[in-house]
Amino acid sequence: MTQATPSDPTAAQDRTITQGSGGAAPTSRGVALSLRNLVKEYPKTSKPAVQDVNLDIAPGEFMTFLGPSGSGKTTTLNMIAGFVAVTSGEILIADEDVARMPAHQRDIGMVFQHYALFPHMTAAQNVAFPLEQRKVSKDEIDRRVRAALASVHLEDYAARLPRQLSGGQQQRVAVARAIVYNPRVLLMDEPLGALDKHLREQLQSEITRLHRELGLTFVYVTHDQEEALALSDRIAVFNEGGIEQVGTPDELYENPRTVFVAEFLGDSNVWRGTVSPDGRVLKGSDFELVLGSGRSQVDPGRSGAVVVRPERIHILTDGQVAARDHNVLEATVTEVVYLGAARKVVLDFPWGGRGLVREAMRLASSADRGDRVRVAWAPQESVVVPDGPDMYEVESAEDA
Amino acid sequence: MLDTDRRLSWFTKVMVVLVGVYLVIPTLIVIPLSFTDRASFAFPPRGWSLDYYRTFLTEPVWRDALLTSVKLGLAVMVLATVLGSAAAVALVRGKFPGKSLINGLLLAPMIVPVIVIAVATFGVFLRWQLVGSFTGFLLAHTVLALPFVIVTVSSALRTFDDRLELAAASLGAPPMTRLRRVTLPLVLPGVLSGAVFAFVTSFDEVVVALYLQSPDMRTLPVRMYTSVTSETDPTIAAASTLVLVVTTLLILLPQVIRRGDRA
Repeated sequence: MTQATPSDPTAAQDRTITQGSGGAAPTSRGVALSLRNLVKEYPKTSKPAVQDVNLDIAPGEFMTFLGPSGSGKTTTLNMIAGFVAVTSGEILIADEDVARMPAHQRDIGMVFQHYALFPHMTAAQNVAFPLEQRKVSKDEIDRRVRAALASVHLEDYAARLPRQLSGGQQQRVAVARAIVYNPRVLLMDEPLGALDKHLREQLQSEITRLHRELGLTFVYVTHDQEEALALSDRIAVFNEGGIEQVGTPDELYENPRTVFVAEFLGDSNVWRGTVSPDGRVLKGSDFELVLGSGRSQVDPGRSGAVVVRPERIHILTDGQVAARDHNVLEATVTEVVYLGAARKVVLDFPWGGRGLVREAMRLASSADRGDRVRVAWAPQESVVVPDGPDMYEVESAEDA
Repeated sequence: MLDTDRRLSWFTKVMVVLVGVYLVIPTLIVIPLSFTDRASFAFPPRGWSLDYYRTFLTEPVWRDALLTSVKLGLAVMVLATVLGSAAAVALVRGKFPGKSLINGLLLAPMIVPVIVIAVATFGVFLRWQLVGSFTGFLLAHTVLALPFVIVTVSSALRTFDDRLELAAASLGAPPMTRLRRVTLPLVLPGVLSGAVFAFVTSFDEVVVALYLQSPDMRTLPVRMYTSVTSETDPTIAAASTLVLVVTTLLILLPQVIRRGDRA
């Protein structure tokens, strides 16, 4: 198997431009990965685990599958790896459909949540294993194993057995083992889930660095939205077997397309109602909200939800008058949560809805538990998304 | 245990020692008796010698019995381990109808009284003309040893992490390579453990051996039974001591290896 070196000019030519504003690797040795109409059904269950997933991942892109348990993200990853049989659909790695190919022929790399290191082999032997399957010469194996372990800062631990390594070290050996043979795609199934917070953040920057240095296509599965926002070029949000939205982290955060995406990624305020015939206002049970122009995806007369991020709402001080076009609502403070650099103010609205305001400490209002306050925001800070029973959409990467 | 329970610990220790002694002493009596210098089971022996060890290892009756038991034990070990390991793989990983029934049937020899098995086997083998033959003994003892192999190998397979095979596949290893380099090495301790149990099961077995015996096929336990019931010959004490020591070492061997692994 030949692989491009970092300075190989053909590698740069192979690179296609990734969508969005994510930072793709300067030399993309990874390949494109596409999922077409991917379906996974288990016998005796009425609802498919994965239904009609379509996704295009650009070469060298860091794509994250984000979603709650049971959303289909891990099943989809396992189908890409070849661990789970595909019911129907195609998995194209560099334009080759591998959906029916056995796992050991797909030339992909996989990092598991619980490391899956071979317990009867040393770290070096673990890392050498994939090279032995590819009939690499012994000298070359030694050289590349040492290089791979060095890239995860474990060159001194080569002779250790997995049980002699800490969790973080084991995971790094697992990563070294998965990249040493330059797979076309690197898959990671919640690799940091078993580690404590501090270690997780450390390894997150390691993973980002590796992605930058190697230029491989990464597909990362997690249910941790902070991790997804921090690591990814683009995120595919999974819900109930399908992808609700694909986009860069800030696209998903600022312009969620459904209530689910808005609530899964970050905190949000959600007000449900019906869009007025002239399309300028959302009428709720006890309130009327002005909609920002161009910020609505809902046709007039249909039901929808206004979504505003907690840091875009501010609490008005007594006597302060809101700007003319701002929406103003009255609420009662039920809880104030101190977060160090900021605080969260939890609100109850008169019609029973809940709200959330996030204030930086140096700009915080003096609102306290039990206070009656008025909150305001500019209509342009909100988005209006569809709200109804049959809500998930099928997304492909071509959507802007 | 709570600190308050410590008050009772000296009592517990004494009880443990007493129970242990009570259980083990009758067996250990045989050891000093084997070093006697005359044909008597008087305890303590009035003189000491190695005469009866010499007899055990040189007299044809005893030596042939020992060789028969060892040969049979090794053959049973091989057959039961191969069949039992294959069965364990099917029972742990396979999905097929009637699995729990087959599982029950294979483990039944551990539960059914051995006298029942012996009588039934004798009846059937008479008709098949297998009584008194090495093949007959091999088949009967393998049936008795199978459950032990199945239990130990199944346990080893169940503690084996399936994700290791997925990892090996993702790294490019085809099925046979995965079996050879990942699954087998990790399951081997369980298989070897099962093999040892199979050998000991056959070597110690006396009930079925009594029914199936013939002048050509007299195993050591059968010879020992005849000796004790018909003569006063301390050779049996020497035989017993040797069997005791060897079987104990064999059973302890897997434990020692496992502890060495963990170090």
